[in-house]
Amino acid sequence: MPDDSLLHKLRPGALVLALLAAGFLLLPHMYGNQSLLFTLMTFIVLTQGLNLLYGFTGYLPFGYVGFFGCGAYATSLLVLHAHLPVLACVAGGGLAAVLMALVLGPLLRLSGAYFSIASLAASQILYFVVSNTNLADITGGPYGLKIERVFAPDASYLAMLAVLLLTSGLAAYFRSSRFGMELRAMKQDPTSAAMAGIDVVRERLIVWLVSALVAGLAGGVYAWNLSVFYPDAVFTLQISVFAIVFALFGGVGTVIGPIVGAAVLYTLYSAIGISSPQYFQLIYGALIVLLVLFLPGGILSLFTRRGIRVF
Amino acid sequence: MSSEAQALLRLSGVRKHFGGLVVLNDVGFSVAPGEIVGLVGPNGSGKTTAINVISGLFRADAGLVSFAGQDINRLPMFRRAQLGINRSFQVPKVFRDMTVRENIEVAAHCGSKRNTDVDAILDDLDLAALAEKPAGSLTVNQQKLLDLGRALATGPKLLLVDEIGAGLNPAELNGIAALLQNLAARGIALIVVEHLLDFLNRITARVIVLGAGRMLFEGSLDAASRDPEVVAAFFGS
Repeated sequence: MPDDSLLHKLRPGALVLALLAAGFLLLPHMYGNQSLLFTLMTFIVLTQGLNLLYGFTGYLPFGYVGFFGCGAYATSLLVLHAHLPVLACVAGGGLAAVLMALVLGPLLRLSGAYFSIASLAASQILYFVVSNTNLADITGGPYGLKIERVFAPDASYLAMLAVLLLTSGLAAYFRSSRFGMELRAMKQDPTSAAMAGIDVVRERLIVWLVSALVAGLAGGVYAWNLSVFYPDAVFTLQISVFAIVFALFGGVGTVIGPIVGAAVLYTLYSAIGISSPQYFQLIYGALIVLLVLFLPGGILSLFTRRGIRVF
Repeated sequence: MSSEAQALLRLSGVRKHFGGLVVLNDVGFSVAPGEIVGLVGPNGSGKTTAINVISGLFRADAGLVSFAGQDINRLPMFRRAQLGINRSFQVPKVFRDMTVRENIEVAAHCGSKRNTDVDAILDDLDLAALAEKPAGSLTVNQQKLLDLGRALATGPKLLLVDEIGAGLNPAELNGIAALLQNLAARGIALIVVEHLLDFLNRITARVIVLGAGRMLFEGSLDAASRDPEVVAAFFGS
């Protein structure tokens, strides 16, 4: 009986992971632009990683991109100076983001908009430090870094797929485990949750570190895939904003919401966002207004409102 | 009153201030297992603050708060919950988007080391029929019961009940009185904050009267009603 219920719990998560893996392994054979698929995966990871924090604890990090950039730079510096295998460098990028999150841990004492703004400020500080001309010898300053000798589009594509599966697996765990139930309780009422015996501060910190880890790993793989990048490319606020809007569009606190949101909106962006940005901005702005007015729970709430449980 | 040796909870010289406002001033009392103690006083006299200091929402600025012989004043709330201190809230704080059963389950898993019987708690509180409903859809009175159920699921040794009687009809009040007495009979110590003195008189042998943060009186409710200082605090002198 316990085995049965465990299997029952694991099934939706396993299905999502299998679909993602199959999709992103097959798509390059049907659609030529692998670089675009790679960026799509990057945004799904970031959207899902943001969802881990925002969807399950209610903390919205506007500076989420800071962890992404941190991972990109740490990975590149490791490639340049440590001469480790590139995957170890990517792991180091993830670790660097976790360390950064640990340093920024006290931000979690803030809540609501204060937290969002403080995290935004933190990511800007990182950006200005990294892109400072005086640090050009170490970080490349405004000229960025070049790690073209490890350039490997196919390997980095698979690595990003692995990060995507890891992130979605984490979201599935949050969604269906007892830990996830505790997070839901904390999000609704932290005082009551503490009185239920939940170590609110510790669990929130764990989620913060996990969400930084996936952004750091994504940043590392992204840097590997680009192999030449400027600080703007990995620290631009647009990345945070995209992740937030994609997550809200799909529906936070679920596993498939952020995946759907990122897939739909990023496809829209790549179709018209670059060729005719004015229409994209228009559609984008209108979408946000409509979402806030009519679907604050994201498009998945179209189903949940009708009593259909969404994973 | 309870002797110091067998006290489960002991406060002495407890002081709490917010800025320049002293909310608790040299408060000290103790509670024994299985005892129901009433905490009364006019609005703003520090009753809820006392509960908050005991349950860990606030930390006392000075004085001693000890539970089962251990100084707990620096312990965070969740540790106190795991030690066996729990409470209900004046305005019920349930997990609104979770079902009634999940509300109890979460506390049973995290707050208690024993295997808690979730169904028994639901039955005790008459919430079994609502077990699969979202907690947010319950009436305020039902949410108060659920709040109490969440506290009970952690297997408390000391239960702090903050104004559970307000807004209940006489039949519901009887039910709650019986429930609280039943809990005390199981050896749980209770501190009951209440404005309904009738209700309190029925279930407590001893009340503590607070006025402007100071302890004015400790003893039976009858004796309290004849104490000039208590009368002055409630009605003015």
